[in-house]
Amino acid sequence: MLGVVNKSIQSFLCNHHGSSVWREVVERIGIAPEGFEAMLDYEDRQTEVLLGAAETVLDISREALLEDIGAWLAMTESLRRLLRFGGADYLEFLFSLDDLQGRAMMALPGLELPELSLNGETQGRFTLVVSGWMPGWGAVMAGILRAMADDYGALVLIEASELQSRPGVGEERVSVCLLDMDHAEGRRFDLAGPAHEGSLSTERVTV
Amino acid sequence: MTHLDRDLPGGGAPAALTLSPDILGQFMPLFLWLDKRGRIRAMGPTLTKILGTEAIGTAYARHFVLRRARGHAPEGDPIGKARRIAVNLLRHPGFNLRGTAIEIVTGGGGGEDGTDTLVNLSFGIHLSEAVRFFGLTETDFAASDLAIEFLFMSEAKAAVLNELQALTRRLEDARRAAQNEALSDALTGLANRRAFDAALDRALKVLGRGGRRFALLHLDLDFFKQVNDTLGHAAGDAVLVQAAKVLSDETRRGDLVARVGGDEFMMILRGPINAERVEGFAKRLISRLEEPILHESELCRVSASIGAVIVGEKAGHDAVGLLAAADAALYASKHAGRGRCTVSEA
Repeated sequence: MLGVVNKSIQSFLCNHHGSSVWREVVERIGIAPEGFEAMLDYEDRQTEVLLGAAETVLDISREALLEDIGAWLAMTESLRRLLRFGGADYLEFLFSLDDLQGRAMMALPGLELPELSLNGETQGRFTLVVSGWMPGWGAVMAGILRAMADDYGALVLIEASELQSRPGVGEERVSVCLLDMDHAEGRRFDLAGPAHEGSLSTERVTV
Repeated sequence: MTHLDRDLPGGGAPAALTLSPDILGQFMPLFLWLDKRGRIRAMGPTLTKILGTEAIGTAYARHFVLRRARGHAPEGDPIGKARRIAVNLLRHPGFNLRGTAIEIVTGGGGGEDGTDTLVNLSFGIHLSEAVRFFGLTETDFAASDLAIEFLFMSEAKAAVLNELQALTRRLEDARRAAQNEALSDALTGLANRRAFDAALDRALKVLGRGGRRFALLHLDLDFFKQVNDTLGHAAGDAVLVQAAKVLSDETRRGDLVARVGGDEFMMILRGPINAERVEGFAKRLISRLEEPILHESELCRVSASIGAVIVGEKAGHDAVGLLAAADAALYASKHAGRGRCTVSEA
């Protein structure tokens, strides 16, 4: 798997929980404190080991960890901006999730995001079907959806259900209930970022 | 009303489509409707945002500079003549827009029937700058427009590129660090200056703890510069590689041979050491180094000058002093006419 996944987990641990947490995780799994390179490939097993160590050190469930990672990722400026290209309001953003995998593939062909498909049900209720070969993307998506709701200023109820516990082809479902699109003032988003737009590198890990 | 009128190929009744500028604006937010004198009759909402509503009724040429126009008229259709055009904004010449201009028949509007022009424009490669400059948003583009995808891609690409550049930088730093920490000379495979300094320090420590005497030799190739200058660097490199081979052949396992500069070598000789032995060793080295070296059908001839210091069993030696003594001995050899060895004791 492309290192950007492991690197994101690393950045989350370092920047959200602090470098001491990262050091503890590093010691547990026996890798160098510099961690992962976003653009290099790593074995899938590494991701599993990394998540396992983070769970233990932080003493939280896998699901909560992944949801936190999703929310944190969506709040990093570079990724927030890329997600905001999905649409002018939260509803459009939800609809744009169908294209998220394609967009990610266009930007970074090696990044294997799960297939996402949004099913509309009754008024304001949606189910996001997440089909990936690695379990856990559902929880990550739930975190992303939650953070983006804050970003757009929408009021939503999000529930990750039917999460997979084992690898393999399967679907995870995230239910989204959109209560109020204009609940609060969203964060500002200009289509064109500042000329010297920061990248993932602005969230550089300091160890 | 803009009136589009075409004959169907099947020869049936002409199909007509009547669109109001408002509806047109929803499809083409950057459309421009010009009358036959080139005055703006209507325009799309995004173009209005850029030019201002006061542009209505003014001449097209007050806002745009036509840079290029290429026509292609469908056969037998004198009216639907379309041209591909490229224009600049007069007030903001940095922005190039491109689009299609098509002649249409209009039904009145100001009582003037005739041939008007309908233009649909688009920002080309300067889209990002235009969006920033004019403060455009998602709703300023048609849903079918790929503008948002373009902006997404350019931003995603910039992020990926940044990440790759950072990776390249880190790898380059690591490569330099590895090179600095390396202990061998890349060309000859001998120990380098760094390894030699460490070995000399170790030898002095061993001596201080009651170890045996050793000899320190400083060797400099003679006429190496001439080989380099006349036969080229490749020949020079061949000479250095051959010299390294000779030094390695002639020394024993416990000795150390290092290349410490361009054509400078240092040796630490161990075992039974006295002035005659060192001198004999040096003469043998020099005569072997004087053997011509064949490089690409050219014979390279060099010699060597050697300065040697025998480091005796007494306390108080320091590396800097010994190196200076070896250097002085080497200088004496060079001064005496090259191809010689000078031995001193310390």
